[in-house]
Amino acid sequence: MAYSDKVVDHFNNPRNMGSFKKDEEGVGTGMVGAPECGDVMKLQIKVQNDTIVDAKFKTFGCGSAIASSSLATEWLKGRTIEEAQKIKNTDIVQELNLPPVKIHCSVLAEDAIKAALADYQKKSDGALTDAK
Amino acid sequence: MKLPIFLDNHSTTPMDPRVLETMLPYFVEKFGNAASRNHAFGWAAEEAVENARKQIAKLIKADPKEIVFTSGATESDNLAIKGVVEMYKEKGDHIITSSTEHRAVLDTVKVLEGKGKATATYLPVDKFGMVSPEDVRKAITEKTILISVMLANNEIGTINPVKEIGKIAKGKGILFHCDATQGVGKIPVDVQDMGIDLMSFSAHKIYGPKGVGALYVRKKNPRVRITAQMDGGGHERGMRSGTLPVPLIVGFGKACEVCEQEMVKDTARLIAMRDRLEASIMKALEESYLNGHPTNRLPGNLNISFAYVEGESLLMGMKDIALSSGSACTSATLEPSYVLRALGVGTDLAHSSIRFGLGRFNTDDEIDYTVEKVVEVVTRLREMSPLYEMAKEGVDLKSVQWASH
Repeated sequence: MAYSDKVVDHFNNPRNMGSFKKDEEGVGTGMVGAPECGDVMKLQIKVQNDTIVDAKFKTFGCGSAIASSSLATEWLKGRTIEEAQKIKNTDIVQELNLPPVKIHCSVLAEDAIKAALADYQKKSDGALTDAK
Repeated sequence: MKLPIFLDNHSTTPMDPRVLETMLPYFVEKFGNAASRNHAFGWAAEEAVENARKQIAKLIKADPKEIVFTSGATESDNLAIKGVVEMYKEKGDHIITSSTEHRAVLDTVKVLEGKGKATATYLPVDKFGMVSPEDVRKAITEKTILISVMLANNEIGTINPVKEIGKIAKGKGILFHCDATQGVGKIPVDVQDMGIDLMSFSAHKIYGPKGVGALYVRKKNPRVRITAQMDGGGHERGMRSGTLPVPLIVGFGKACEVCEQEMVKDTARLIAMRDRLEASIMKALEESYLNGHPTNRLPGNLNISFAYVEGESLLMGMKDIALSSGSACTSATLEPSYVLRALGVGTDLAHSSIRFGLGRFNTDDEIDYTVEKVVEVVTRLREMSPLYEMAKEGVDLKSVQWASH
């Protein structure tokens, strides 16, 4: 299968690869997929004043899965929580020119974004409750 | 050293220049139809075909008359299995085969089952990928007419105890078909000694041309009969109609001759290179696991799973080396290699497997380069892998509740 130039670029020069400490303040972590399915994505966001100031990923999976998560971190940075919710897998498919057999990679990336946002919200809600 | 490097010699092989040279006159000058019995063009073609038949038969210790030319091993497998099932339907309908056979065998058997023309037993393999002769014996019923077990596996290179299986088949008067596509030309094959009644193999796996293969069909003790699957001029003793592709057959013959003459030398070279590749990779990369049998496997085969990294991404990272992976992402289906699964390799490690297939034209420099690349890419992708990170933190990945999709 031939990969699009953008997938190859993200694969060779992944953006924001790495990890934040999970318990660090303002960090939301999403982990989706399963080793048995051949792909696991970990996506993390760092939020300050409702804005995602940084994002990181680690991915076990094919080149398209790595590219999808790398692209997701690029898109997340600088967005508000509300804006981040609007990222759709179809946007990723379009940007990376993914073939039909690789659409599940983009779905996984969207799931990872949603999971990271949910984790952040759960943590910040918990912090608010604690404060009370 | 030239890039890209070809290390996928189980899928196909480059043609040996000596083979090509032998073929060339049979395209333009000696273009006759081997079935034309009444002029010089036909005689020349027939002579060339018969010479090739001898060369091929010699490699597998058969009689030249027992060689039936086909388009390749897939056709040979189809012809053998469907041909036997149709011919011997009065005798029974049960086939014994193994779960790691090539798709050309498995799918053929499944189609026959689906049409109600056969019943089948799919034998399991041990953790090295070997079929147990005892399992074969136990699976035999009064209705068994055919045992079909491969000589060497195309993914893991494991060599089956074919001789023992042949003996059991003979003892029970059941025909034994062997898909020897990966073994012929690479390891010694003797259809007499191994008790094989039908055997499939092809030219392009042994440095010959694509588009030609053979089915060995035993002529005596017993005389095996098969129903032709294509109707026409009754070529190849009525078993496979169709004008013979003379240049391809000439090339096939020459390829067999070269294999026979150089097997000892080729094998020694391949084993030395393969073992060095294996040792260097294993030494440099922790949690790399060999798939298949440690010693009883094809000289050019090496199949390794690299924990925590996915096969297709490995291939992508090593784009100047032609390799293959058992990862689902490299296949049309969403399942990873059924061969590795049959060995009991976990789905996760099946996704992480790479098959190195060394051949006659690989060099030591290429092996050095490959070692360097594999270590570099696996290390880089592990740095990128959340699974590797978790394992390093001491998390037991098996205990994690994964959100499967």
